[in-house]
Amino acid sequence: MLAALRCIVERDLLLAWRRRADVLTTLFFFVIVISLFPLGVGPDPALLRTMAPGILWVAALLASMLALGRLFAPDHADGTLEQMALSTEPLTVIVAGKVLAHWLVSGMPLVLLSPVLALQYDLPLPSVLVLFISLLLGTPVLSLIGAIGAALTLGVRGGGVLVGVLVLPLYVPVLIFGAGAVGAEAAGVGVAAHLLLLGGALAASIALAPWATAAALRIALE
Amino acid sequence: MPAAAARRGAGFFRYASPQQFFPLAGRMMPFFSVAAALLAIAGSVVGFLVAPTDFQQGDAYRIIFLHVPAAWMSMFLYLVMAFWSAVGLVFNTRLSSMMATALAPTGAMFTFIALWTGALWGKPTWGAWWVWDARLTSELLLLFLYIGFMALQSAIDDPRRADRAGALLALVGVVNVPVIYFSVQWWNTLHQGSSISMTKAPSMAATMLLGMLLMALAAWAYSIAVALARVRCIMLEREKHADWVRQYVEKQA
Repeated sequence: MLAALRCIVERDLLLAWRRRADVLTTLFFFVIVISLFPLGVGPDPALLRTMAPGILWVAALLASMLALGRLFAPDHADGTLEQMALSTEPLTVIVAGKVLAHWLVSGMPLVLLSPVLALQYDLPLPSVLVLFISLLLGTPVLSLIGAIGAALTLGVRGGGVLVGVLVLPLYVPVLIFGAGAVGAEAAGVGVAAHLLLLGGALAASIALAPWATAAALRIALE
Repeated sequence: MPAAAARRGAGFFRYASPQQFFPLAGRMMPFFSVAAALLAIAGSVVGFLVAPTDFQQGDAYRIIFLHVPAAWMSMFLYLVMAFWSAVGLVFNTRLSSMMATALAPTGAMFTFIALWTGALWGKPTWGAWWVWDARLTSELLLLFLYIGFMALQSAIDDPRRADRAGALLALVGVVNVPVIYFSVQWWNTLHQGSSISMTKAPSMAATMLLGMLLMALAAWAYSIAVALARVRCIMLEREKHADWVRQYVEKQA
């Protein structure tokens, strides 16, 4: 099973590397959205500092959501997904591998870029650190839950917007605790509760989301 | 022996067939509609005429007779919808999924009513149409979950795939309902806590409680009547290739 996992991750990373533009486009979307807000609300540093966690987190949500189109659709289009469903390896493991590769390519860059973008909002260093950790814990959850939405809407018309309508309400707890952690740090209250809940959400998603995604894929493939 | 076994085994479960359930639903629906109307009248009379004016809130509190039943039904209908979705997914029955599809619009409507009556209540009492506290936010999420369910089912053309996909989505979202219910205990919220509990006496006047319970029963009877009517329409659409539907439609014409 671990060999299958590794094989899937390597394959998806290779495919993503061959189409680097897709990956970079999502990353630039993240950067552009974050740059839009100060242009909209004005450059007052105090205001931006308060809004920064929320804005960065919402931008991460939207970028994750947009990236979901790359998760299953290309494999579904050329028939590979059916072969994966028919294989002797558990579909849950294959899905876990695909989501891991997807996060490494779409989620991790957001996490790594966030401290730099936090500079645009003049966030103090402790808050930047908490933001980094909250995104590190939260973006995998976004990929895992998003995978369920992507699997449910495979080949359905309405495409990306429909995935958004399905998946964004499920993202809300992650957003609340992720942005809340940074807000708590800025307010001087403890961040442990928020980060622990995010960690709990991550653990629960790793355990349950691949299974739900595999069920959704089977529904979509029959 | 086989015939007797077949008769024994049928019983209640024969209503899992759309053809058997259709006339039963038709017979049940008027009963629940009348019950809903009577209970609503009784509840409104008690709530708006009989129950005393509140010490703190004056007469503005009377919106509780719409708000609380709507909120209870919004959560309850989601649980019922998730239940039928699970039954349809596990046992591969068409009618269970049709029932889940029939319940969703009513649940969404009650969620919408709960949110709006809550806003109308919040403005005179809290001073705000809306606050982002735990209960209001999770109830808003419930509305989004209902809408997502309906959007997904309408986007998929194949009805059986739509049933199963919607069922999975409903089950993934069901975790939100306990969050709404327990939100006033888990978080420091502006929304008041529960006045009614399983373990102690309710902390409101008896007539207020009576009015609220009557309206809640009215909302429940209404939901059942509407769900039965809607599921009948869905059955006629989905089973239109079947003889019994053709005969029914010809008889109506």
